[in-house]
Amino acid sequence: MAHFPKPAEGSWTQHYPGLGTGPISYRDSFDPDIWQQEIDSIFTKEWLCVGRVEQLSRVGSYFTKEFAWANRSLVIVKDQGEIVRAFHNICRHRGNKLVWHDYPGQETSGYCRQFSCKYHAWRYALDGSLVFVQQEEEFFDLDKETLGLVSVACDVWEGFIFVNLDPQPSQTLTEALGDLATGLAGYPYGEMTQRYSVTSKINSNWKLFIDAFVEFYHAPVLHQQQSTSEEGQKLAAVGFEGLHYELFSPHSMVSSWGGMSPPADPRMVKPMENFLRSGLFGPWDKPAVVNNNENLPPLVNPSGHRAWGIDSFLLWPNFMILIWETGWYLTYSYWPDSPSSHTFESSLYFVPPETSSQRVAQEYAFSVFKEFALQDANTLEATQSMIETGVVDTFVLNDQEVLCRHHHAAAREQVAAGRRPDSYPWMPAEVSA
Amino acid sequence: MSAPLALPEEFADLAQFEDWALETWRERYEKRLASTVDEMQALYDAITPRFEEILSYCDRHDLADLPDEVRNLMFLLFSLCEASLPVEVWRQPRVPDSGAADLTMVAEPRL
Repeated sequence: MAHFPKPAEGSWTQHYPGLGTGPISYRDSFDPDIWQQEIDSIFTKEWLCVGRVEQLSRVGSYFTKEFAWANRSLVIVKDQGEIVRAFHNICRHRGNKLVWHDYPGQETSGYCRQFSCKYHAWRYALDGSLVFVQQEEEFFDLDKETLGLVSVACDVWEGFIFVNLDPQPSQTLTEALGDLATGLAGYPYGEMTQRYSVTSKINSNWKLFIDAFVEFYHAPVLHQQQSTSEEGQKLAAVGFEGLHYELFSPHSMVSSWGGMSPPADPRMVKPMENFLRSGLFGPWDKPAVVNNNENLPPLVNPSGHRAWGIDSFLLWPNFMILIWETGWYLTYSYWPDSPSSHTFESSLYFVPPETSSQRVAQEYAFSVFKEFALQDANTLEATQSMIETGVVDTFVLNDQEVLCRHHHAAAREQVAAGRRPDSYPWMPAEVSA
Repeated sequence: MSAPLALPEEFADLAQFEDWALETWRERYEKRLASTVDEMQALYDAITPRFEEILSYCDRHDLADLPDEVRNLMFLLFSLCEASLPVEVWRQPRVPDSGAADLTMVAEPRL
């Protein structure tokens, strides 16, 4: 029996009829040709989130981003006009990688007045223009004006920095975000600057980890032990039902209950959680900046349910924002290293703590979150290795896994079109105004 | 013999856990993996009965300007966050079934 109402069609999945309800193939999660098509049609065409403006705290702050899957390295910098810019990380002289420390393949960050090439000391201003050439008079017809760094499309939305590897993106960032551009705007992301960022190499296709994070069907089972034993058994018996699912193809969201912050009965949670008033759902005491969740962005907590705990948004293709009822947010990125591996990045963002108690509560929230991430990561390797055997070639998905079904379908549509399609067969036609 | 870990006088007995006074998450996580559940249980049992007292002591100081002995106390609390999971949940140092999975900390708040 459903504990939370579903759409009139009887299920979240059938609310989008073209999505189907049958078994799906997971060939797209290990086939090298499909992986390459995803790189060509999706990852080199879409806006990709690479970080936050707070990482570029002042003029000259920069960080690099290694996109080995596209054979690209980028440098992202705040220039003299405080504009965030992105460039291909290559010197125009003889092609040396411009910004790196010790190991050319590793990402780095720092601060500089100008970029100076390690090889022959060519220097570039923060806006990419070439400003100094060693022994310039030795060159022939050198026109510095034409030898600036090669720029990459870069834009900022709500403090999130996006780049697009397409030399001429077919959409602006706002167009690409669609309904989410305004629907997720206005949350105090910029106030939540206390950041924990982790990264991990995962032996699974990039889509498989997204699958794990767009459904919570697995949570009461895989993570059962992380609740007190009585509570864990209860959760496993009930299973999981989302409060709300919605497609903004190719983007999507799931809204989930939480209800543990603080728990109705202190015996529901571990002693540490009671000591610290904190846990997986973050510190229980909401920061003032979220104003008791009275000004949530329009797309957050769509059901308005009193048990609301967390909303998880997938910003196509590989970026997730999770907004927690307790007043913090979390992001995930998945970078497709190979058909059967990816780099996972996650950042937890809290308001800066004012007291030591708040500081420890945040530390504990991170510690608990990380236990879940480790469990998820290793399970994916087990999944990847077995899917690749081909012993079973189609898999069944339930209604709580509608976003997994959608995510794979959206990737298929985009690969077929070679670019982001104008429409998706499961979405109702736009009603023109 | 080197001087014992600097701690507020009220909590001087916690100096026996000085090798848990570690500044980065990575160090604390590795200490956890290298410890037995009994060792972590000892840290847990020493701190949790006095949790409220310790936190309110720390809260009397400006977080942005903690004296060294309070910073050390905070590092012990951070280590307890890590060590409490094997004690309260797993009964083993590692997350079960986590295999070779590992995380690299790219950025973390520092005291």
